Amino acid sequence: MLQQGLTVPFQRIFTAQFLRSALPALSLGVLLIAIFIIQPNAMSYFGLNLMLQYAVPIALATLAQMFVITVNDLDLSIGAFVGLVACIGATYLHDTPVLGLLMLAGCILVYAAMGALIHLRDLPSIVVTLGMSFVWLGIAVLILPTPGGKSPEVIKALMALKVPLVPFPIVAAVVIALIVQAGLMHSSYGAVLRGAGGNPKALARAGWSMLRIKIAMFAMAGFFGMLSGLSLIGLTTSGDAHIADRYTLYSIAGAILGGAEFVGGRVSPVGAVLGALTLTLTGSFLIFLRISPDWQIGAQGAILIIVLALRALISRGDRR
Amino acid sequence: MTDTTGEIVNLAGVAKSYGAVRALAGVDLLVRPRECLGLVGHNGAGKSTLMGALAGTLVPDRGSIAVGGVNLSDQYSVVVAHHHGIRCVFQELSLCPNLTVAENARIFHRNLKGLGWKKRAAKLIEDKLDEVFPGHDILAGDIVGDLPIGRRQMVEIARAFTVTDAPLRLVILDEPTSSLDAVTAEQLLGFVRREVQNGLSVILISHMLGEVLGASSRIVVMKDGGVVAARAAGEFTRDSLVAAMGTVAAEKSEQQVSAAGFRKSGTAMIDARPAAQMDDRRLIAHKGEIVGLAGLAGHGQTRMLLQIFANAKKRYTETKVAAPVALIAGDRQSDGIFPLWSIAENITVGSLGRLVKHLLIDRNAARDMAESWHQRMRIKTPDMNHNILSLSGGNQQKALFARALGSDAEIVLMDDPMRGVDVGTKLEVYEQVKAEARGGRTFLWYTTEIEELSNCDHVYVFRNGQIVDDIPRAELTEDRVLRASFHEAA
Repeated sequence: MLQQGLTVPFQRIFTAQFLRSALPALSLGVLLIAIFIIQPNAMSYFGLNLMLQYAVPIALATLAQMFVITVNDLDLSIGAFVGLVACIGATYLHDTPVLGLLMLAGCILVYAAMGALIHLRDLPSIVVTLGMSFVWLGIAVLILPTPGGKSPEVIKALMALKVPLVPFPIVAAVVIALIVQAGLMHSSYGAVLRGAGGNPKALARAGWSMLRIKIAMFAMAGFFGMLSGLSLIGLTTSGDAHIADRYTLYSIAGAILGGAEFVGGRVSPVGAVLGALTLTLTGSFLIFLRISPDWQIGAQGAILIIVLALRALISRGDRR
Repeated sequence: MTDTTGEIVNLAGVAKSYGAVRALAGVDLLVRPRECLGLVGHNGAGKSTLMGALAGTLVPDRGSIAVGGVNLSDQYSVVVAHHHGIRCVFQELSLCPNLTVAENARIFHRNLKGLGWKKRAAKLIEDKLDEVFPGHDILAGDIVGDLPIGRRQMVEIARAFTVTDAPLRLVILDEPTSSLDAVTAEQLLGFVRREVQNGLSVILISHMLGEVLGASSRIVVMKDGGVVAARAAGEFTRDSLVAAMGTVAAEKSEQQVSAAGFRKSGTAMIDARPAAQMDDRRLIAHKGEIVGLAGLAGHGQTRMLLQIFANAKKRYTETKVAAPVALIAGDRQSDGIFPLWSIAENITVGSLGRLVKHLLIDRNAARDMAESWHQRMRIKTPDMNHNILSLSGGNQQKALFARALGSDAEIVLMDDPMRGVDVGTKLEVYEQVKAEARGGRTFLWYTTEIEELSNCDHVYVFRNGQIVDDIPRAELTEDRVLRASFHEAA
């Protein structure tokens, strides 16, 4: 009996589930070690700061995508949306802050309305968000036809913050990951939100409003998309409608790398942030390898495939 | 709670139609305090629809619902039902597979929030599991999707009995024992009897007539969307219940019984050994045999079937399978049906190879095939092109049988396919299976109902992933199967 009491929890810890959740951290670790071996200078405050500079906006966009994936939808408009936020940030928010903030709030409301529409009309989210991506892009081009504008000083100052010992992007990523992890994985309402992805019918039967849940999740996606756009212009100091076109795919890849699954409400905020960091670092990794940045997307794809193959192997091992 | 009216709920004239299909035709139902009400009837008789109306998950077209003497028809919903202490354990599981057991308890109780909610939820559900199913091995931190279906059902049942702020007055159990083995099912029925004595009311829906007769104080029989009989349980017998439901228990054909009893000879169609088997016992099935896999739920029977299925197309493996194989899944919703397809498409998908003409599917041949199985399985639908989900559970299962029997597979593996299927449907399907076996097909049939084993020519009893007994038909008794299943526990 005593022996059983000891071995059972042990087995329960080293399950496939544990390995699956450790995989995002492992892949990031392997990539970091490879970079440090090739370019030992990167292992410094300055080196890490430079390599991970763009990790914050990508991590925020990935979390935005993760909220949508949680309720079994997919957001193909997040890249265009981040671009629009960047344009609003570099123009209206800089010149007339109140109007700028109102516009951003309006954008989040439209995001929430998108969630309501998808739920009420039972539409495929891919179609709705793909359509909206052109709307976002169109508005962004109207606001800022050519790259330019100026980002608000506050945001610039925040993104240029120097933290002792650990570079700012890492601190920011950890803080963001922990906040979302607490909210979605440990709060009581977070359990309801994830449950909506796992079995929407059961949620409705237990008396929860699926409409409210969808609206909440899409509003969260809009909010994090806004944070992503603002942090991005804090780094670039000016805006451009096409500044974040790649973010749509980055965010999906980052969320999946981080252990999320497209259906079933299985997500991990910490994993999503780790996935975003991994994707950011592959760029630097390839530069250190003296491979043209043109290959970057392909290499990111290759990493995605390797990690997903590992995950599939773990799952298969579990079934044996 | 003083009930001056002596009623928990009173449904009057409740009617509901889905398009042209009339599910409920004005039903009256009264549940009294301290009563275990048995509810039986065919699949498609309207039991689940009626319970949906009672639980607030669907809105009836007509009729009134009164709870504790107060008419609530206009505002009735899941939340109102929950607030008045009415809970329902649905036939398809309503747990979130991606959440832990404790988190699923939280979904159910709106007031499990704030600091320390996880601990409170864990204690709530674990205490109730201990109370209903003593000796269970479920932890509050387990992810529900990782649990086998029987354990999931235990969690769902225990969850329905947990109490936080709202009172608990009536629990509806819709086929609660369909995935439970004999021991846990008995634990549950014992718990229900105790709770009813303590003042709770329960509605028990089950196709296991023995359970209903044993646990209920009153039994209501439904047929074709209406109530056809409602009497004290003592006035019913198994036969009179079946008669009231409108099916006549088919007499056992004598020739079938005498033909069985000895093993057929010749080369084996299946020769397999369970992965966990310690000795050299093997599972062998000959052409035209119906071989039963018995034992408690989840003791390696499904794994055995999947092992055979996986080795069907390989030639040089230790598991020998001599012909094409079809599998009829037990977990109908997740492994069986294609929910977006029509009934006809769900049936023909197993035989598409034969329906191809000029590289395309021959629509006429597919329609003919679907129509012929519509007749042979007596699937209750006006049109085979309707969506599969428009069928009741038992008829969906018939469609899955049609898929397997319509294919060219000579070996059919059945993974406890009769879960939650009504007696009439069962008898019809048994006859089909026997006829197909006489025609030369081989059946491997895992079942949790000991009664079903009487249809088999040979029975293997599984325990802990191993074959522990090997019973020819002539020696088959319920006692021997139970003894083999419970060897260690005894």
